[in-house]
Amino acid sequence: MPKSKLACLSETTVTFTAVSENEAFARACVSSFISRLDPLVSELAEVKTAVSEAVTNCVVHAYRGVPDGRITMLIRLFPDRRIYIRIRDFGCGIADVPRAMQPLFTTAPEEERAGLGFAVMESFTDRLTVKSTVGRGTTLVMVKTLREREAAEPSPKSRRKLRTGEPMLR
Amino acid sequence: MVTLSLREGTLTAVLRGDIDHHSASQMRTEIDRAVRGAAVRLLVLDFSQVTFMDSSGIGLVMGRYKLMSELGGEVAVADPPAYIARVMRLSGLDRLCRIVSIAQPIVQTEVIHNAEK
Repeated sequence: MPKSKLACLSETTVTFTAVSENEAFARACVSSFISRLDPLVSELAEVKTAVSEAVTNCVVHAYRGVPDGRITMLIRLFPDRRIYIRIRDFGCGIADVPRAMQPLFTTAPEEERAGLGFAVMESFTDRLTVKSTVGRGTTLVMVKTLREREAAEPSPKSRRKLRTGEPMLR
Repeated sequence: MVTLSLREGTLTAVLRGDIDHHSASQMRTEIDRAVRGAAVRLLVLDFSQVTFMDSSGIGLVMGRYKLMSELGGEVAVADPPAYIARVMRLSGLDRLCRIVSIAQPIVQTEVIHNAEK
């Protein structure tokens, strides 16, 4: 059965304001929502970290100085253990996405931002896409397939999919 | 949350709970106040009680590394949980400062990250 035809198991959307307290809130949301897939402790930590980086970017960069900016997070779970997370802001946008994604690049060194947010998101998920329009906002999608609970390694199927760069979602 | 203790020029900061952009700024303020308020030669950031960390924690360590370098001292990171140690290696933080175990007193630190190099 083609994976892309699978209906999602569950979906949720949460909307919250761009204040730093909500970084922990977003992590709590994603961890409770994916708990039904019984992720490994390391996988849960990876997903929480990736979400924390994404939401922090919205607070620190997208809505810098805008206290009531809105962030929406959509999470979908699929029966094949795929997690799809879309985080969207309606803030300032990113003029040069490839540059922003370079490790150690930051526009907020005075806040001790290490410039590693995107690098962490990339290494902790299977796929990361960023779409941004200056003045309109940024939409970020992260996809991660959790390991089968019995197996210690990712399934060969999901590996093949990643190598060919075939879209994992339709 | 940070618990600070100073002994013979060594300031130990035990960090507790989640380290993110929200909590890191408060930890930074508390640690820097203590560093500037005493003659600190070695700052030990104890990560053993940290339950979560994103790249804000990397920024926190890098900032303290900078501060201690300016003051002629050094920074060590103690006992990070395995997953946090992974984020630290990913960022290359282990090349900036020692990652140690403080099961023993800090003067007899055991360097635990050499095997990774």
